[in-house]
Amino acid sequence: MSNTAKRLYYIPYMLWIILFVIAPVALIIYQSFFNLDHQFTLGNYAAYFTSGTYLRMTLNSFWYALIITVATVLISYPAALFLNQLKHKDLWLLLIILPTWINLLLKAYAFIGIFGQNGSVNQFLGFIGIGPKQILFTDFSFIFVATYIEIPFMILPIYNAIAEIDPALLNASRDLGATNWQTLTRVLLPLTRKGVVAGVQAVFIPSLSLFMLTRLIGGNRVITLGTAIEEHFLTTMNWGMGSTIGVILIVMMFLSMALTAERRHKRKGIGTGAKEK
Amino acid sequence: MQKKNKLGRLYLVFVFLVLYLPIAYLIYFSFSTGSTMNTFKQFTWANYQTLFADTRLIQIVLQTLLLALLSSLIATIVGTMGALGIAATKRQANRNLMLSLNNILMVSPDVIIGASFLILFTMLGISLGFGSVLASHIAFSIPIVVLMVLPRIQEMDHALIDAAYDLGASGPQVLNRVILPFITPGIVAGYFMAFTYSLDDFAVTFFVTGNGFATLSVEIYSRARQGISLEINALSALMFLFALVLVLVYFFIQLHQTNRQRRNKEKAGGAAK
Amino acid sequence: MKKLMSFFIAIVAACLLLTLGVNRLEHAQGDANAKTLNLFNWGDYIDPALLTKFSKETGYKVNYETFDSNEAMLTKIQQGGTSYDLAVPSDYTIEKMKKEHLLLPLDRSKIKGMNNIGKDFLNKSFDPGNRYSIPYFWGTLGIIYNDRYVQADEMQHWSDLWNPKWRHSIMLVDSARDILGLALVKNGDSMNTKSVAQVTRAKDSLDDLAPNVKAIVADEIKMYMIQNEAPLAVTWSGEASEMLANNSHLHYVVPTEGSNLWFDNLVIPKTAKHFKAIYAFLNFMLEPKNAKQNAEYVGYATPNDKAKAMLPKAIRNDKQFYPEPKTIGKLQVYDDLGLKTVGMYNDLFLEFKMHRS
Repeated sequence: MSNTAKRLYYIPYMLWIILFVIAPVALIIYQSFFNLDHQFTLGNYAAYFTSGTYLRMTLNSFWYALIITVATVLISYPAALFLNQLKHKDLWLLLIILPTWINLLLKAYAFIGIFGQNGSVNQFLGFIGIGPKQILFTDFSFIFVATYIEIPFMILPIYNAIAEIDPALLNASRDLGATNWQTLTRVLLPLTRKGVVAGVQAVFIPSLSLFMLTRLIGGNRVITLGTAIEEHFLTTMNWGMGSTIGVILIVMMFLSMALTAERRHKRKGIGTGAKEK
Repeated sequence: MQKKNKLGRLYLVFVFLVLYLPIAYLIYFSFSTGSTMNTFKQFTWANYQTLFADTRLIQIVLQTLLLALLSSLIATIVGTMGALGIAATKRQANRNLMLSLNNILMVSPDVIIGASFLILFTMLGISLGFGSVLASHIAFSIPIVVLMVLPRIQEMDHALIDAAYDLGASGPQVLNRVILPFITPGIVAGYFMAFTYSLDDFAVTFFVTGNGFATLSVEIYSRARQGISLEINALSALMFLFALVLVLVYFFIQLHQTNRQRRNKEKAGGAAK
Repeated sequence: MKKLMSFFIAIVAACLLLTLGVNRLEHAQGDANAKTLNLFNWGDYIDPALLTKFSKETGYKVNYETFDSNEAMLTKIQQGGTSYDLAVPSDYTIEKMKKEHLLLPLDRSKIKGMNNIGKDFLNKSFDPGNRYSIPYFWGTLGIIYNDRYVQADEMQHWSDLWNPKWRHSIMLVDSARDILGLALVKNGDSMNTKSVAQVTRAKDSLDDLAPNVKAIVADEIKMYMIQNEAPLAVTWSGEASEMLANNSHLHYVVPTEGSNLWFDNLVIPKTAKHFKAIYAFLNFMLEPKNAKQNAEYVGYATPNDKAKAMLPKAIRNDKQFYPEPKTIGKLQVYDDLGLKTVGMYNDLFLEFKMHRS
């Protein structure tokens, strides 16, 4: 069987890349060189790199996406681990995904009610004697809700990575006298690295361009690049500037991909794999 | 070890509580006579009655489900093939390039994707409607499928595939008998994620829809200016319940099958003795 | 492999079932061959009972498609590929659409009941002589206050918002024109100014307001105010009516020194195809009886004077939503300022938002 024939199945995917990725990206790059008068210009990029507002926004986006991703990993990893120890784990996994099928806007409205001055959380805080606090429009509420939304996207790949580990390996580690902590850092983490990376990509990359939650829950206290793009495309109709920021987001994604990419592909020992983290 | 398990259970209970808290909140208010989700007034079924009388909304729900099921099915097939292709790419640099291209649609905000797809479709002369929305949903769901399937393929032991070829298996045979069974969990995960993406999308759908085709997200978002009525809560409650029942039924069928298999095995084992 | 196949087969079966269901419903809603009218409107912005009534009376089936912002709607009509017969843009968008030749003129000879509309709402700067548009609903920009925290006499003017007493108390609606506009009015400038100096001065005033600003949000402002999240908010009368209906402590004020007057209007975009249906619908909606029913359902102020006269006294005498002619005289309708000036407004507003964080 020839190599080319073996890879016929690759064709639809390549068609997709050309039609729905390369063509739109070319369109975006093309537009980013035009100003409001439809003249060719580098002004959009100049505006981006010389404006303190945009640079601060970029930093904001990166920072919040990072926090959201880290928070999501920290919550999802143990959850995926414990899920794997349950008896009917497939069922429980499905139940983790189920909440994502309810409309995002509705869930955000529910959170507004829950976190409000007279909401359930503040009533509880009052009940235990702490007294009501301002929760909405704080970094906490924004990160909480963003994390809430991303959790299933992180749990799923990590869960799959853990599920395929041979339990004998973990038993062996314990039999050899490793503590639980050692088993976790030396055996589990390195073996599930690919799952974590997939989860991080599924969470971090979209988080860079969050915009709706920054307004709904954050009250526009947090301004990210997503906010600016939304505005340029929908309010000011300055598609050139919007596309410019889009191009910058794509470049940032390429960079973060390069950072998380698998380095040289060779099978490393489990011990060194752990240190590499 | 016992203690750790208990702690783990407790942690999971907490995670589930948080995940279902807003949903419980939504469902709770679907029984309120008020018109907003702020204060619960009196118990009523009225929101459900309005919902069942609203054929337009029910039609939108069916369309949305059809779109989500179908688009994620096609996206899963194309995405899985793509992931197989990427995994088979020999050069590291090419593989990373493909992955980066793959992720572009995930990093681009929905408005950009929506606007550029709209320009694309009008340039190609494709009329807007179910077809254009379906194509767009397939398009933005593919990357997440690849992300879910690829790690699974990479974890595969290459010796296994080589062995299959050595034993004289053909390409399709290896794919069907060795590779696909191994990566099934990744494929199923990809399908569910694609389904989620499709259900949740608003901006892309809005731009590329037309000729009377609407999805639930577009309907809900465009109602925000007037205030979203509790009829939508009732709808969410029903959809949630329906999904829950579906999951449980699926689970019990599975349970039944594995039980039967185990019993059969035990019987066979007993007979051997 | 078997597991995967059965999974996929189940999905395909579900798809087939759903297709069947969709077809059934389409038939149930009317003859598939019936003549249609494609209406492009904000979500839930018409009484569905009126659509049914219209279909019964005229035999036209209404396809109701929705949008959530003027600009998003504009983009769709600009690009074509769709066949919307009627759309409901706001005032400044109409001017923009006119400039870009996206609208078709109304054939006034086919329209009955135009004189039901109040004189105050016709012949506005965005469409002199109403050649392209018929007012659908109208409203103002104003201040919502919660009487648990704020006395009525404390909140009569835009400048009252700057009182240090309201530290961290105000919610603003996320709209550059409106928020910079209120600062412009406070400084005595026009809401339609193109002067960079004046808008920059307005932005500086807003920076002074920043300590009082609690959050800048959009449609969800209703939910926030209803649950007493903040004592004060700046928003449109349309949003206000929904809030007041749900929280008796809330009141709406239009500052007497001036504010914005906005309109949503029925227009015929260039994508229109079914002209008979269009005029049938316009005449249907101009009928006082129907306009009144719609105003009661949506809760916004109707420009149809005859319909207004039919509304309950409590509603039509409510100064909050039907202000006195003296106040109406001071209100300004937004002009389309052109992309560059709109960009300037938005950039300054974005800086103001960043200033707060």
